Amino acid sequence: MAIAKVLGIETEYGITGGPDGDPVMASSILVNAFARYGETKINWDFGDESPANDARHMPLLTSVAPIIESHLANTVLTNGARFYVDHAHPEYSSPECRTPLSGLLYDRAGEDVLLHAVRVANETSPGTPPITVYKNNSDGKGNSYGTHENYLVEREVPFPEIVRAIAPHLLSRQIILGSGKVGYETEYFDDLAPHFQISQRSEFFEELVGLETTLKRPIVNTRDEPHGDPERFRRLHVIIGDANMSEVATFVKLGSTALLLAILEDRGAEVFPPMPRTPVRAVRAYGADLTLRQGQESVDGRTRSAWDYQDALWTLCEHYVTAGHGSAVADEKELVLLLTQWREMLDGVRDNPDSVADRVDWVAKLRLVNGFKERHNLHDDDPRLRAIDIQYHDIRPEKSLARRAGLRTLLAPEAVGEAFHNPPRDTRAYFRGRCIAQYPNEIAAANWDSMIFDLGVDPLHRVPMMDPLKGTAELLGDLLDNATTAQELLRALGTL
Amino acid sequence: MTEQERIQTPASDKKVETESIELVANATKNEQLKNDLDTLLDEIDEVLEDNAEEFVRNYVQKGGE
Repeated sequence: MAIAKVLGIETEYGITGGPDGDPVMASSILVNAFARYGETKINWDFGDESPANDARHMPLLTSVAPIIESHLANTVLTNGARFYVDHAHPEYSSPECRTPLSGLLYDRAGEDVLLHAVRVANETSPGTPPITVYKNNSDGKGNSYGTHENYLVEREVPFPEIVRAIAPHLLSRQIILGSGKVGYETEYFDDLAPHFQISQRSEFFEELVGLETTLKRPIVNTRDEPHGDPERFRRLHVIIGDANMSEVATFVKLGSTALLLAILEDRGAEVFPPMPRTPVRAVRAYGADLTLRQGQESVDGRTRSAWDYQDALWTLCEHYVTAGHGSAVADEKELVLLLTQWREMLDGVRDNPDSVADRVDWVAKLRLVNGFKERHNLHDDDPRLRAIDIQYHDIRPEKSLARRAGLRTLLAPEAVGEAFHNPPRDTRAYFRGRCIAQYPNEIAAANWDSMIFDLGVDPLHRVPMMDPLKGTAELLGDLLDNATTAQELLRALGTL
Repeated sequence: MTEQERIQTPASDKKVETESIELVANATKNEQLKNDLDTLLDEIDEVLEDNAEEFVRNYVQKGGE
């Protein structure tokens, strides 16, 4: 039986502005701005130290000076996510989620976390160039940054089987999940010089399998850091995806990949379509082929387009779900939504792209780019087209072009608002988030697989969370409701 | 998208409700799409960064991951 596909997305946002245009500094300011916002909710603790804080209500944001720290900022949120500075980008790692819809919900909440941090930071730093962030993956000048997905996989599945099974999906799914890009930025395309590519990321991939994420990027990443019991779990770290603005695309990205991993666990790698002979060439060629017709030779000698691969993989999933499987990923209703949307996107991109311009990011973006080009009679290399590309990913509603592109939404705004503050109830993120909210002063450190409490007297108390499905509301909700102090909590858990 | 088409996915223990999404075949859809695009392009004219060339030139990131 396939194990529950606990999943999540980590997103590095593009960033501009801030003092001296230093992206590390600007990212730190954002994370600290958000952390400070968090503190205002527990203002009784800071009353003595921060005269500007009023014990009765949130301090006026404009009265708080930004705290700029030289070390890289890092914070854990009450929704169980991590918000921190990674290299020269602000990064939001969603909490562990139990289903693709939940994964989408917490990815969207992350956009609001960034938006909020940007607003607080800019309000509190008048006079410095305002900070702006973009949910995209490249600057168009050869620099790429990642949107990584994580999936819980059974440890006993041999890694070569994972590669064999999942690589065809990872290199072909871009035709419905790519975010689109004006132009090209690696020397690989110097001859072809495409005006528009389906994916932001594909041209940056240089290996089939590997450990790297910044150089020689691999289609399947081998980072083995389970953040859980290493005897039972593996965390598949998928680095090839584009950041999606389309909610449907994020949902289908998580759902399709999770479902295929469940099939791998249940049926083995043999049922998957064979790999292209030259996977790296295939992922780049598919990414630059707007006709979606171009085939690549597979190891069985047949030629397959990205569309052919997706069609075969969808059919595999459809049979699996029809046979009553898939509970490792989601309930039946969610699986049906997944299969329906995936199918419509797939047929749409081939037969009638306009019909999926409300769901497929690259189609939506290309429509804007082509429309604008025609209206103003522009050349392909006009900078305004590149500006449209970047601004599609601007997270400010007043500037975002994605928000104007008529994308379908799947989430109620109230649900996103709730996910901004509260953790998912059905993974260990619940325990993490509730502890951060209830005992912020007693938590010395939080990590994906443990919480460390400091009660003020030695020693520190470590609560391990090696199973992502423990620590849920069902298991610990009552206990957390009743434990008014960290000491009571630890006593109830048997740690004290 | 109407309210009925939205999926309520609260983080609370309310059950996730997934309303089926139906694509309604519409004979005038192409016409509609064109009008939508015109409206959209009007908006882009308004909100697109003023000096696109400078904006694009200054958008430089460090590699990440």
